[in-house]
Amino acid sequence: MGSVELIDVSKTFMLRVDGAQQTVRALENLSFSVSDGEIVALIGPSGCGKTTALRIAMGLDAASGGKVAVDGVTVIGCGHDRGMVFQHAELLPWLTALENVMFGLEMKGMRGAQLRETAQRYLALVGLQDSGNRRPYQLSGGMQQRVGIARALAIDPKVLLMDEPFGALDAQTRETMQAELIDIHARTGKTILFVTHDLDEAVLLADRVVVMQHGAVQEIMNVPLPRPRGDLEALRGSAAFTETRYRLWRAINATDH
Amino acid sequence: MPRWAITLISLAVLIGAWEFFGRDINPVFGSYPSAIAVAFVELVRTGQLGAALYESLRPFVVGYGLAIMVGVPLGLIIGRFRVVEAALGIYVTAGYAMPLVALVPLLILWLGLGFAVKASVVFLMSLFPICINTWLGVTAVPKSLIEVGRAFVAPDSVILRRIVLPATLPYIMAGIRLAVGRAVVAMVIAEFFTTISGLGAIIINSANNFDTATMFVPIVVLMVLAIGLNGLIGWVEHRVAPWQAEIAGRDE
Repeated sequence: MGSVELIDVSKTFMLRVDGAQQTVRALENLSFSVSDGEIVALIGPSGCGKTTALRIAMGLDAASGGKVAVDGVTVIGCGHDRGMVFQHAELLPWLTALENVMFGLEMKGMRGAQLRETAQRYLALVGLQDSGNRRPYQLSGGMQQRVGIARALAIDPKVLLMDEPFGALDAQTRETMQAELIDIHARTGKTILFVTHDLDEAVLLADRVVVMQHGAVQEIMNVPLPRPRGDLEALRGSAAFTETRYRLWRAINATDH
Repeated sequence: MPRWAITLISLAVLIGAWEFFGRDINPVFGSYPSAIAVAFVELVRTGQLGAALYESLRPFVVGYGLAIMVGVPLGLIIGRFRVVEAALGIYVTAGYAMPLVALVPLLILWLGLGFAVKASVVFLMSLFPICINTWLGVTAVPKSLIEVGRAFVAPDSVILRRIVLPATLPYIMAGIRLAVGRAVVAMVIAEFFTTISGLGAIIINSANNFDTATMFVPIVVLMVLAIGLNGLIGWVEHRVAPWQAEIAGRDE
């Protein structure tokens, strides 16, 4: 099982501008849920609070109001039930790829031969079985992000949270990574919540897209594309994709004035 | 041209010029490389230099070593915990500017004239640059790396040891390097103001005898020692933090 719910989540923070205190409301009564095995995309213009929402779901930031529940149980702070993939991978530069994956597992309490074995298996899952000894600076951006995904998946979280995971990659690498994520999802059945600003990515990967505006849900849109989505290339050319993408574009731009 | 060649040429020009112009100076007021070399050979032959070096290096190694062992953890804790920073930060900042020479008489009253006071002077002089640099390094650790620790539910002690410490290593090594120079100065100061001993004694005694060439020998030896230690620290840094050279640095 693995569902995650944001219930009435608010976030305000203080900002000092020219000596005057300002209260910024980043999120206002934000509610949505991701059910077991589902992929949900959070999309919206920059500053709409999508990353803040994800960080609160992870527990890296505390909500000012409302709560986050995983499988119906309210969670406070970070936990092994959620695995985080950061925008810029954020691998520890002094560790090898394998050791980076092992780090997360060690924090979960895994020791001994099982530790290395498990880390190796997840590196293989992202196609890096032969690059375990490399350090992050010896890996390309796409490879670094794969290690980041392996690190998060290895702890076997109920939910995978991804903050613009492919946003920093070039277009070609991004497409490869999207296909791999679909593949990983098909194999592991993980619940995934990811933030993106890329319409194509949201439509291709997600079952539902949460469109945010000014810290609140503007619209939640179903993506009527079949699963499994093996062939992303064919999907891109399909009428269903084009039509959904257009609807999403209109939803986002309807809010943007 | 390789780097070592440029350094070598620079050295040859400097020594050559010193030799050329130094010969015209009254030997009481100055000296020149070949005279210093002769004095060096003499000091080595009589065993004075070796004995003095050993005598000087003992408090140096103990004081400097203790400064690393205390300064690094102290800097890590001050940098990581706001309460500790608020409570102890001012003393470290003040301690860095402390006129230690003025305090030597007091240290003598506490610790006597021997080994302990010399090691303490070296310790106090090198502690602060190491501690301050470590502290500075901790505050410069990218927040995102700390968040990796938090996201995987690492306890504070693990974040400190496995994320903050390695991320701070370049700063720590810079502090340890800066401290070499101060530790060498502290060592000589200690030898001047407590029991006159070691390399400091050679400097004072030969200066009192107007034997300027001999006086220069320990000075040169100390400078060479500092260069050697710096190189050693650089080598260690490359060994413990090989990633650093890859992600930062100049174009060659």
